[in-house]
Amino acid sequence: MSTLQPYEAPARRPMLHGPGQRSSPLHWRWTDRLVLAMAWGAGILLCLIAAAIVIYMGVRGIQYLRPSLLFSHPQVGTSQSGTGGFLDPILGTAILTLIGLLLATPLAVAAALWVVEYGRPTWLARVVESTIEIVAGTPDILIALFGLTVFQLGLFAPFSFTAEGGGVFGRSFIAAGSMMSLIALPFIYAATRDGLQSVPAHVREAAYALGKTRIATIRRVLMPSVRSNIATGVTLGISRIIGDTAIVILLLGATLRIEPQGSVPVVGLLRGTGTTLTGYIFENSPAGEGGAPQKAYAAAFVLLLAVLALNLLVDRIGRSQADATGLTVAGAVV
Amino acid sequence: MLERLTSPWSDRRAEISLGAASLLVGAVVIAMIVFVTIQAWPIFEHNGLSWLGSGKSFKEQAEAMQSAGPHPSGSAYYLRAWPLIWGTLIATVPAVLIGLVIAVCSSIFIVELAPGRLRRIVVPVIRLLASVPSVVYGLIGVLVLVPWVGNHVISPHEKESLANTVQLSGFGVGVSIVILTVMVTPIMVALTCEALAAVPNSWREGAIALGVNPVRAILAVTVRAARPAIIAAAVLATARALGESVMLAMVSGGTDFAPRPSDGVTFLFEPFRTLASTIIDFRDGIGAPALKSSLYAFALLMLVSGFVLSVCGYLIKLPLRKYQVRA
Repeated sequence: MSTLQPYEAPARRPMLHGPGQRSSPLHWRWTDRLVLAMAWGAGILLCLIAAAIVIYMGVRGIQYLRPSLLFSHPQVGTSQSGTGGFLDPILGTAILTLIGLLLATPLAVAAALWVVEYGRPTWLARVVESTIEIVAGTPDILIALFGLTVFQLGLFAPFSFTAEGGGVFGRSFIAAGSMMSLIALPFIYAATRDGLQSVPAHVREAAYALGKTRIATIRRVLMPSVRSNIATGVTLGISRIIGDTAIVILLLGATLRIEPQGSVPVVGLLRGTGTTLTGYIFENSPAGEGGAPQKAYAAAFVLLLAVLALNLLVDRIGRSQADATGLTVAGAVV
Repeated sequence: MLERLTSPWSDRRAEISLGAASLLVGAVVIAMIVFVTIQAWPIFEHNGLSWLGSGKSFKEQAEAMQSAGPHPSGSAYYLRAWPLIWGTLIATVPAVLIGLVIAVCSSIFIVELAPGRLRRIVVPVIRLLASVPSVVYGLIGVLVLVPWVGNHVISPHEKESLANTVQLSGFGVGVSIVILTVMVTPIMVALTCEALAAVPNSWREGAIALGVNPVRAILAVTVRAARPAIIAAAVLATARALGESVMLAMVSGGTDFAPRPSDGVTFLFEPFRTLASTIIDFRDGIGAPALKSSLYAFALLMLVSGFVLSVCGYLIKLPLRKYQVRA
């Protein structure tokens, strides 16, 4: 009875995941499609947030920033138009950055050179390395509190603002600047270390073969090749220093103007108190004393421009050193 | 003498001076830990560890400490700081959890999905978000988000329901979590991207060759392999969020109210205070020894928890060595 049935080809159905056909998201499982949508959504969300911040601050900045603000001293005033500009905060930011870098750069570069090139005894090198990692993870507020205790010691009294009765407040440009150097140090250290580690061993061996000592190799061969790494680290350090607020509020006094102590020109300035852009923004926002949000917006716009410029600079110098994703330079999140 | 200075350095001398500089750095950091511990010690001496427990509002305690004068008796050191610790937790944990989801998704986007042109936009954007100073975030929060939430989101009914205990004006948990999320997400994105990029491409390609769609391959292979590094990134971001002081001092509202999750949605609008923002709030009272000591105790608590977290982050990442994935 089994007659041969004519062969009937099965109905042609679209091949969903077969060979020769590109799989399209339309045919994926819904969870996969959800993940795809979330990934795109998250990426675009972050872009939108950044754009919103920059555009909003830009609009407010252009609205309230006048060139005269940049060049006039802050005043005590009752209305927003009477409070003057923010020349002193800008100078304060510059001075602090300078002090911080002057202290941090030599120390960080020396530490990196020692750990990578000498590093004996090993345990000591590891201790140095981990202490720098501890600073990198320490909140700025804690560094500020540390500075406050250190500079309130009698030993350091000459370095800071001293009250009439001899009470040491531990607040001065020196105090704040030296704590700022702790903020910048891990970045410079990490950048230099990674630069040194990426110099191939045979370069060093060639220098030794030519009869150079270790230190001569460092000075003539290694330093020139890690110069751009150091520059990246320094730039990252600057952008952290100018953005730091807690140290300024606690250690610089956040006074309205730069107030030198004593009559010696430079020393007096360094011993004196002052403020920076971040301190100025904080004090003029509703969180601080006051009611000058327009000035705070204008100062924040200037600060944001500086940070953007530094970001571009890191991009310029550090493009060759950036890791695969371009998000971390020298192990530091940038 | 001058000749000795200008002549080429001997290797020995160079090693000693470089080593001395490194040791100076190490010594400063160790001094930091020691100094903060010494300053915080009186609190531990008079309260033991029970200062972590709950008790009166911190403002009242701080006022008592300030009125005790420059030579306080032992009882003036009485401190119970649980509301502040609770405040720190309710701001940090949700921010890190929300941020983690966003960070993993956007890292997948950056590393695997985004076309080259788009990636060249997203990467600088992440770096920008990471480098905006916290005071600028705080300013936006206090001048834009807080008034908006206060005027449009909180209903009069909600304001009334807590009128006896605390004023709801927009400052509080919700705004803090939103801004903190924006602040910690870039850190996690950067670390997660690094980890995802370190997973060998051939692993994912192998999965695709077996007929899995690209997204499933990314989830099942790339993300799975990088999982320890992703968790470590979240842990590091937690440490960063715990120490955030200035932004939270600006938007948290700075009251001693301990937000109650039992209040439902209103919980998000209740003002609070964290350990770090308290230090900023009470910076002027640092002349009083008892208050000073308690602020240092908060700092020490942040230092210790940050230290524990980074050790955890290191331990979590250890299994990655097994695969020789450097992340």
